[in-house]
Amino acid sequence: MKYILMMNAPRGNGQYQVTQWKPEELKAHIAFMHELNRDLTKSGELVGAEGLASPGEAKLVRVGKNGQPATDGVFPETKEFLAGFWIVDVERAERAYEIAARASSAPGPGGKPLVLPIEVRQVMSAPPTDV
Amino acid sequence: MTPGAGAAPLATPVEHLLRELAPRVLGAVARRHEDFSAAEDAVQEALIAAAAQWPAAGVPDNPKGWLYRVAVRRLADARRSEAARRRREEAAAADLAADEAHAMPDDGAAGEDDSLVLLFMCCHPALTVPSAISLTLRAVGGLTTAEIANAFLVPEATMAQRISRAKQAIKSSKVPFTMPDDADRAARLDAVLHVLYLVFSEGYASSVGAELQRVDLSSEGIRLARALHAMLPDDAEVSGLLALMLLTDARRAARSGPDGELIPLDEQDRTLWDRALIAEGAALVADALRRGSIGPYQLQAAIAALHDEAARAADTDWAQILALYRLLERMSDSPMVSLSRAIAAAMVHGPVAGLEQIDLLADDPRIAGHYRLDAVRGHLHELSGDRDRAVAHYRAAAERTASIPERNYLLEKAARMAWVSPSERG
Repeated sequence: MKYILMMNAPRGNGQYQVTQWKPEELKAHIAFMHELNRDLTKSGELVGAEGLASPGEAKLVRVGKNGQPATDGVFPETKEFLAGFWIVDVERAERAYEIAARASSAPGPGGKPLVLPIEVRQVMSAPPTDV
Repeated sequence: MTPGAGAAPLATPVEHLLRELAPRVLGAVARRHEDFSAAEDAVQEALIAAAAQWPAAGVPDNPKGWLYRVAVRRLADARRSEAARRRREEAAAADLAADEAHAMPDDGAAGEDDSLVLLFMCCHPALTVPSAISLTLRAVGGLTTAEIANAFLVPEATMAQRISRAKQAIKSSKVPFTMPDDADRAARLDAVLHVLYLVFSEGYASSVGAELQRVDLSSEGIRLARALHAMLPDDAEVSGLLALMLLTDARRAARSGPDGELIPLDEQDRTLWDRALIAEGAALVADALRRGSIGPYQLQAAIAALHDEAARAADTDWAQILALYRLLERMSDSPMVSLSRAIAAAMVHGPVAGLEQIDLLADDPRIAGHYRLDAVRGHLHELSGDRDRAVAHYRAAAERTASIPERNYLLEKAARMAWVSPSERG
């Protein structure tokens, strides 16, 4: 079963603002993420993982007149943004939750776990094959 | 050939031979039968048959002739079944069947020309750049669609579509399978060099982290550039491109840390640089420059050689590099070149001079808002001792880059400067 683990980070100037972290805090955070991805690769559970560029340049797009894209600028009132995601292929949902909990424990300022919310959703699959 | 810069790492001897032969066979089939797309499919099938049979049955005495005959037969089969449905191509099929008896043209100059024509065709300006890259890797590089897809981290079906669209574009543009005439040739060669350079740099940019399953695009770019250089040994820009690749690739082991973190040129462990590649690249570019028709790849290679030949970062001949960037700037009109020129100017005349030159660039819409502008400003403010401005620019650059190792590098750089204790502050 495939699950997507979406890591949401709050916007603003709080503890999640990585540009304000100390060098060793950054290093520890990056090393944590590398280790997580390495472990998921080794266990054969990692389907894909991507980090997203900062939300500053994000656009909301809808179809406009004549089918042309109509873009809205960035929305400063958005409280959270998607910082990155993993797709994992696991035996059961509990394993996906475990991985999400581990990702949520990524260290932040002072080495304390960030406890970021990770949204876990099952990825829909193709219909079962006929025997 | 230098170890580590030649064939892709995964190839067995048969695979290696097939990849060498693929473009020549395809060139010969496409030249004689004029339908590139069908020729390409037929040669792919012949390659698959060879890969299945040769390891067990042994390589035939004339492997190229074998592939050619099988490909032509497949082409004839394909046309026959079409003709059976529509009854119009019988004549063509008969021609093809008769052609089976013909041997493939001999090795040597003719065969190499076919590979070159093939390369010119795959890099035709009628194609979009991503299409040209994919088609070149498949038709000239002899990679499978799956390998190319894997190298670019896209699904195989996506890459298959990209290649099929490229072949369709060649078909509908009616690009003839012939050598471009002299008037057209320089422009076409520029397109070829550009595509090979992009293949190389794609591999260079994505080589961060151990991706053992991926075809190494940098090595593939070097392999193709070597082949082109063998076909056009007197072309100074071809030599320049190959030299640039070798001189850049020489630093590969030193440019990232164990977790893929970026290590800038001035902090790299230079003992890890590949001396043999540097010697080969430096000799190539020196020889090319002596011939007197100077072009942008030779200049970039000459700059890379100056970096590579400095025993320590502090020994870098920045005055010479600045002079080369000025020449390059006159030839290329690229704001990225101007930005590099500003860095060199800063190293020669001090950071303030560099920052002034960058301010002049910042209005250029082609580069305004680009993270590199902020990254360089951060670096120059750091050199001039203006910590606060350096931190602000590094952070701005980190916000804008789309590369994770680069963002991490810039964030750490800013953090290290922002968090020094007050007593350390100068």
